[in-house]
Amino acid sequence: MSNIPAELRYTKSHEWVRKNDDGTLTIGISDHAQELLGDLVFVDPPEVGTTFGEGDDCAVVESVKAASDVYCPIAGEVTAINEDLADAPETINADPYGDGWIFTIKPEDDDAFMELMDADAYGEMVAEEDH
Amino acid sequence: MPFIPHTEEDVREMLAAIGVKDIEALFDEIPAELRSAGLKRVPPGVSEMAISRDMAERAAQDQRTLCFAGAGAYEHHIPAAVWEIATRGEFYSAYTPYQAEASQGTLQLLYEYQTMMASLTGMDVSNASLYDGATALAEAILMAVRSNRKAKSKKILIPRTVHPHYRKVAHTIVKNQGIVLEELDYDRQGGHINPASLPSEPDSFVALVIPQPNFFGVLEEVDALTDWAHQHGGMVIAVTNPVSLALLKPPGEWGETGADITCGDGQPLGVPLSSGGPYFGFICCREEFVRQMPGRIIGRTTDLDGKPGYALTLQAREQHIRRSKATSNICTNQGLLVTAATIHMAMIGPAGLERTAASSHANTQVLLKKLQAVAGLKPIFNRPVFHEAAIGLDLPTADVIQALAAEGIVAGFALNEDYPELGNTLLVCATETKTETDLDHFVANLQRITSRGQGTKNPAEPKMA
Repeated sequence: MSNIPAELRYTKSHEWVRKNDDGTLTIGISDHAQELLGDLVFVDPPEVGTTFGEGDDCAVVESVKAASDVYCPIAGEVTAINEDLADAPETINADPYGDGWIFTIKPEDDDAFMELMDADAYGEMVAEEDH
Repeated sequence: MPFIPHTEEDVREMLAAIGVKDIEALFDEIPAELRSAGLKRVPPGVSEMAISRDMAERAAQDQRTLCFAGAGAYEHHIPAAVWEIATRGEFYSAYTPYQAEASQGTLQLLYEYQTMMASLTGMDVSNASLYDGATALAEAILMAVRSNRKAKSKKILIPRTVHPHYRKVAHTIVKNQGIVLEELDYDRQGGHINPASLPSEPDSFVALVIPQPNFFGVLEEVDALTDWAHQHGGMVIAVTNPVSLALLKPPGEWGETGADITCGDGQPLGVPLSSGGPYFGFICCREEFVRQMPGRIIGRTTDLDGKPGYALTLQAREQHIRRSKATSNICTNQGLLVTAATIHMAMIGPAGLERTAASSHANTQVLLKKLQAVAGLKPIFNRPVFHEAAIGLDLPTADVIQALAAEGIVAGFALNEDYPELGNTLLVCATETKTETDLDHFVANLQRITSRGQGTKNPAEPKMA
C-alpha cells in the first residue's frame, strides 16, 4: 500500500496538491504514481509565469518505461519550479511528497483546493485500480 | 481471424464526426493528375523465362553515364565490401531492433554510427538516422521550436542558399504548426549569405539555418553567421554534407559556441545514387537538446554479469508510447542504409574520408580551370567552393543538358527554375570518381555545344578543343 498523506489533496490523474501558508499550491505526483512509472530519468517542468487551466498538461515526467504528462489540478499561474529535479529526477522516487515536488501555482480560485479528492477518497480510488 | 481495424460502422461514425462525406473526400487536396486511377485490368501472366528476358532487355537500354550532377546527391566510390557486408543475413533488415536481446550486433553497429556522426559533426549526440536530408531539416526545425522557449515567435530564418527541395519539404511539414520560414536572400557576387547584410536588431526568431557547403557549392561564413544568431537569441541549425566535414570545421566548432543542431543527407557515405533513393537523413545535436531530438539513440551499458551490452534509449518519447505527443511521428530510420554508411566509414576511415573530400575538391578545381580555359565558361560566384560550382551559360540550360545527355553525359543541375534571377546557370560537380580523361571529355563536349549555339561562323565545323 502506497503512502497517502492525510493533509494533501489528490487528483484522478495522480497529482497531489499541498496548500501553503501564502495561498500558493505545491504540486507533485503521488507515491502510487511514481511506483507505477518506475525509475524517473527526466522531468520537463512548466515555465514560471505561465498560466494553465484546470486539467491542462503542464509538465512531463519520463521514466525508463514511459513519458507521462502531469496535469494542472487547479487553474492558476506557475510561481516556482523545482530546479533540483533537472539533475536529480530520481528525487521523485525517493521523496514524492517532499523534495520531489514539481511546481507551485497561485490558484485563480482559492476554494478550488477543497474540491479536490481528500486522502481517503484517493486511497479508495487507488485500491479500486489495483483490483 | 481476419484483422479488421475498423468496421464499416466505425468508418461511418468517424466520417460523420468530422463532417466528411466519404473517405475519398479526405484525399481531395491531392491534385487529380497525381492520383493513380488504379489498374483497368490485370495483364495476363507470363513465364519466369519471358519476364526475365523482358527485364534484361529493358535494363540493357540504360546507358552508362558520366555524371557531373550533384545538387544534393553525390557519386562517390563505394568499396565492394560495403554492400557485401551490409546485405549479409545478419544485417539485412531495415527494421528497428526493438528486442535488445536478439539484436546486439545491429545495436552495436548503430552505436558505432552515432559515435562516428557525432565525431564528424562535432556534436554531442546523434540519433540512429531519419528518412532523408530534407525531412531531417524539417525535424531539426520542429526540434528548435520545441527547444528555444525564449523565442517570442515561431520564425525560422532560412537562406535561399539551402537546397530548394529541402526548403519545400520543410515548408510542407511545418506550415500547419504556425511555424514561419522566412527566406534570407543571398549575395549575388559571393553566392552566400553576407553576414553584413543581416539586421543588427532582428525581430525575435527561433533559429537560423546555415548550409555548409551551400546549395551552390559555396562555403558560407559560418562563424560570423553562428555568432550573429546566438547573439540575438536564435539557435543555429547546420545543414551539411558529411563528406565535406572531413575537411571543413565541424558545426560543433562554428563561431564562439558552435551550432546547436546539425542535419543533412547521409547519401555520400556509401549509398549509391540509384536514381534518387533510398537515402538516409542524419541529425545530431548538443546534449542539452537530446530530449527534443526525434527518434531513438542506442546506449552502451553493462548487463547483470558486468559485460558490455547495447540497448535502445530515449524511446519513451516515440510514437508507439507517446502517440500524438511523441517528439516526432515521422521518425523513420533507414537501418539498412545506415548499416552501409557505418561499414563504409569504418572501411575507409577518417583518412580515407579526408582523401575522398580532398580529391573531390581538387577535381572540381581542375574542372573549373578547364571550363574557363577551353570553353570560356566561368563560375558565377566568386567565393570558395567545396566540390560543386554554378557555371553561367549563354544557351538555355535545358538545351545544353539535353545535348550532353545524347553523349551519355549528365551535365549538371539547371538552377534556372529555382533561381530564375540567375538566368542560364548549370550546377556542376566533379567528385573523386572522375579522371582527367572524364573531365576533358566533358569540357570538350560542353565547348562544342556552347560554341555551336553561339552561332560561330561555320557551325558545320565547330572548333574543337
